[in-house]
Amino acid sequence: MLYAFLCYNNEATVCSWTKEEDDAVMAKLDVVHRKLVKQGRFGPALRLMPTTTGATLHKEKDLVLDGPYAETKEALLGFYVIDCDGLDHALSIARELAAANPGGAYEVRPVRLFLPGEPGVGAA
Amino acid sequence: MTDVDWIGAALTAARPQAVAALLRYFRDLDTAEEAFQEASLRALKTWPRTGPPRDPAAWLIFVGRNVAIDSVRRRARQEPLPEEAQISDLEDAEAGIAESIDSGHYSDDVLRLLFVCCHPELPGTQQIALALRVVSGLTVKQIARAFLVSEAAMEQRITRAKRRIADAEVPLPGAAERGQRLAAVAAMSYLVFNEGYSASGGEASARAPLCEEALRLARLLLRLFPAEPEIMGLLALLILQHARSGARFDGQAAIVLLEDQDRTLWDSAKIAEGLALIDKAIRHRRRGPYQIQAAIAALHAGARRPEDTDWAQIDALYAALEELQPSPVVTLNRAVAVAKVRGPEAALTMIEPLGDRLSGYFYFHGLRGALLLKVGREEDARAAFGRAIALANSPAEAAHIRTHLDRLMADSVAAGGAK
Repeated sequence: MLYAFLCYNNEATVCSWTKEEDDAVMAKLDVVHRKLVKQGRFGPALRLMPTTTGATLHKEKDLVLDGPYAETKEALLGFYVIDCDGLDHALSIARELAAANPGGAYEVRPVRLFLPGEPGVGAA
Repeated sequence: MTDVDWIGAALTAARPQAVAALLRYFRDLDTAEEAFQEASLRALKTWPRTGPPRDPAAWLIFVGRNVAIDSVRRRARQEPLPEEAQISDLEDAEAGIAESIDSGHYSDDVLRLLFVCCHPELPGTQQIALALRVVSGLTVKQIARAFLVSEAAMEQRITRAKRRIADAEVPLPGAAERGQRLAAVAAMSYLVFNEGYSASGGEASARAPLCEEALRLARLLLRLFPAEPEIMGLLALLILQHARSGARFDGQAAIVLLEDQDRTLWDSAKIAEGLALIDKAIRHRRRGPYQIQAAIAALHAGARRPEDTDWAQIDALYAALEELQPSPVVTLNRAVAVAKVRGPEAALTMIEPLGDRLSGYFYFHGLRGALLLKVGREEDARAAFGRAIALANSPAEAAHIRTHLDRLMADSVAAGGAK
């Protein structure tokens, strides 16, 4: 089953990393990523720009506000889609990612609908 | 990252909030700084074992406040408290505090701290030194190195700044004044960035952290004012300029001009973030100097080759900037674009009237020399380059002009030989 791994962390901290620190974290994560790719489990993954670059459309009032929807201690900074055998397996992968990138949390949620972006695919 | 790395990053990130809250409690910068220092030491001891707290700033505020209060009491009673028991008390309490500290105070606290550092009574140099010491947490030694003064002199500058504002009550100003003070904080961040950005050669490594600190300050400002287009513009401007830092100097630490830079060395992720911020700022339809300068930087960043640069648009943006913020330096920058769009004669005509006001300005003579060279007035060009070298702020600047002069010499020798 596909799981979404939602990556939360303190944005001020992550933005405080120097380029070297950032590169070091990404290199460690890359090891885990490659392992999952080899197993054919690694789906799309993305890292978001800081919340300050985005805006939120509040649907009812058609109101656009700068910044994230929720002002939280930890912001949503990115996510993975990973093919897991179940929640236990998903959590063990989350632990591996966490060892490479401490701080914050991974919220792990089964994917209900996956549209990979190709026409006519994924409607099931 | 190792324990120390992530703890360091967390402490750096939490510092403005934590020092700001401690300042609210103690109403004294030195006490607030000492309390933060003490709390950071506890964090270095505790966090490797417990992992990072959910809210590092709240942890540091809580611990810093208690430590400072204890030390005041201890001094009053003249009897030491059992150190270990005190630490474990703090740890027990830590779990529950993250939520109990009112995070609503955070933005007001940080704002007040920034306003204190940019107090109108302080000259710019003291504002910068104070902000780097108190908000960014650079050591006096680091700041002294960055500004090429002795540690003692910098220590004195900071002490003097603190004394000057010690008695100044700093309530949060009302909306109108807040805008003015925000502009002062933005300007301070921009100055800090330029101090780092304009450094070259041997100084560059000592001053490069200033760029990082300025970026951090601008990010902090935008988190405090998420809907302020000029702050978006400021951050975009700093990010876009910083994105080019990998290409700005060659192996010998000499300046590489924008048009000669290896554009593959530009940081594309940073450029994308800068563009996103400008895009967002423009939606507010309240243009301002930082947004315009960021838009100019974006046009440079967006050109894959120098010849793809949209100079006409840059000319138009500088014209808009001249209108908002008339200054001979802006006109001088505009002349660079004008030279590309309408030729060197038009650019020369534009900058000649600036001679009086910019006679002591390195770039004026450098640009004038280059333009004179293009229209074939070699003798005048040589004189202008000579003035520029005499006014250079750094060896790299002087070296850059010297290459112009050398080329001029080589050309005239070649031309003489051809006759």
